[in-house]
Amino acid sequence: MSALLHLRGLGKSFAKGAEALADLNLTIEDGEFLSLLGPSGCGKSTALRLIAGLMSPNAGSIDWVSGQPDIGFVFQDAVLMPWASAFDNVWLPLRLAGLSREAARKDVEAALDSVGLLSFAHAFPRELSGGMKMRVSIARALVKRPKLLLMDEPFAALDEITRLKLNDDLLRVTAELGTTIVFVTHSVFESAYLSNRIAVFSGRPGRVIKTIQVDGPRHRTEDFRLTSAYAQACKQASAALHLAMGEPA
Amino acid sequence: MKRLTDWLLPLLVFLAALGLWEVLVRVNEIPHYVLPAPSLVGRTLIEDWGILSTALWVTLTITFQALLAAVIGGVGLAILFSTSRVVERSFFPFAVILQVTPIVAIAPLLLVYLEPRQAVLICAFLVAFFPILSNMALGLASTDHHLIDLFQLYKASRWKQLILLRLPAALPYFLGGLRIAGGLALIGAIVAEIAAGSAGQGAGLAFRILEAGFRLNIPRMFAALVLISLAGILIYVLFTMLSWALLSRWHDSARERGL
Repeated sequence: MSALLHLRGLGKSFAKGAEALADLNLTIEDGEFLSLLGPSGCGKSTALRLIAGLMSPNAGSIDWVSGQPDIGFVFQDAVLMPWASAFDNVWLPLRLAGLSREAARKDVEAALDSVGLLSFAHAFPRELSGGMKMRVSIARALVKRPKLLLMDEPFAALDEITRLKLNDDLLRVTAELGTTIVFVTHSVFESAYLSNRIAVFSGRPGRVIKTIQVDGPRHRTEDFRLTSAYAQACKQASAALHLAMGEPA
Repeated sequence: MKRLTDWLLPLLVFLAALGLWEVLVRVNEIPHYVLPAPSLVGRTLIEDWGILSTALWVTLTITFQALLAAVIGGVGLAILFSTSRVVERSFFPFAVILQVTPIVAIAPLLLVYLEPRQAVLICAFLVAFFPILSNMALGLASTDHHLIDLFQLYKASRWKQLILLRLPAALPYFLGGLRIAGGLALIGAIVAEIAAGSAGQGAGLAFRILEAGFRLNIPRMFAALVLISLAGILIYVLFTMLSWALLSRWHDSARERGL
């Protein structure tokens, strides 16, 4: 594996004096599924926004090894345009890149198909369930086949069953595309099931206190929950999380 | 059954009220120069249709011209405000001053400077302008900040962000403002016409009311009033339908009840 980007000594504090991140060092490998795990308000989301270029750091640097690639972003909510159909929402990234509806049609339909929503192309967001909206959001983030996909607690607002289903679909779709993923979560089990690597964050100011390797293929199915690799990862991540919150494991 | 009572009941109550009015006038033999019966108002409406329809046309023309100017000015200024805090802070006080000063008080002054027709137009514009400006500004500012982030991520130009994101997001607010402004433009036009009291070809409904009052032609006053009410209702219904047509598929405000 080769590195995609390095975060070096990254620091970010906000106008009100709150320090979100301090001296964050992390390397993101090309093609990996990396989870950022930590308690609420530990600066995980800030790290994601810094990588996306939506804000700039006060200290340190973000070094892209071979230039900044296309980036997809999925928020905690689906963040769809309510006045646009599922098709038009997924079309947006291509539309902003100058592609007409016709020129984009093939890619948009492929992206909708990959999340199982091709037959809902003409539905408006309010006609879709929470899980379906999140699928549209994922299709939109993937429609340009970005090298890097940043996800900010994307499934936190969904019910457990929908969440498990979306975990599997996400693994399947992104394994096919070979997308590198940085996934923010506060769920030990979700991070252990999805990731190749888990970076555990301490509370404010956030920084990485432990990195955990999870053995197993990139594309996993339900059976993975029965393996010792999964159990090991859960145990280590759990212990690190307690440490992060300053409690005995 | 429910649908039938939905419109039948209000209609029956309305007709009953008219009937009661008619009976009271006839039984008490109230003279028509004090209170005309609804039947007489109806007859006047038909007999005086020539004068009244011309006046109605004048008033409606001014109302819609003022509304159009208010839409262009209000939306334009709101977009300008949304691009720059400095511009907003500098110019918003003017908008507020114009809004809080009663139009009846401004009208005589405008009549000193302008032709009556222009003065009436500007008065109607002034009252219609503010609700559009403030609603549009609110709408533009209420755009989902995560969607703004997304547009930024894909390096969308400010122009594309305006066209594809901020304007559609502001549409429900704008239409709400338009519905208020439509009614206000009519009121503004009527109030200014009364202040202007201009006669002749360019006379609107308000002047016809004044004129009929001087001549103690009370039935015609009522007939003109009916037309003003109808114009107000027409404007309201028009914009409500426009709002429904544009929003029904996606916005909660236009969602069917009980769904």
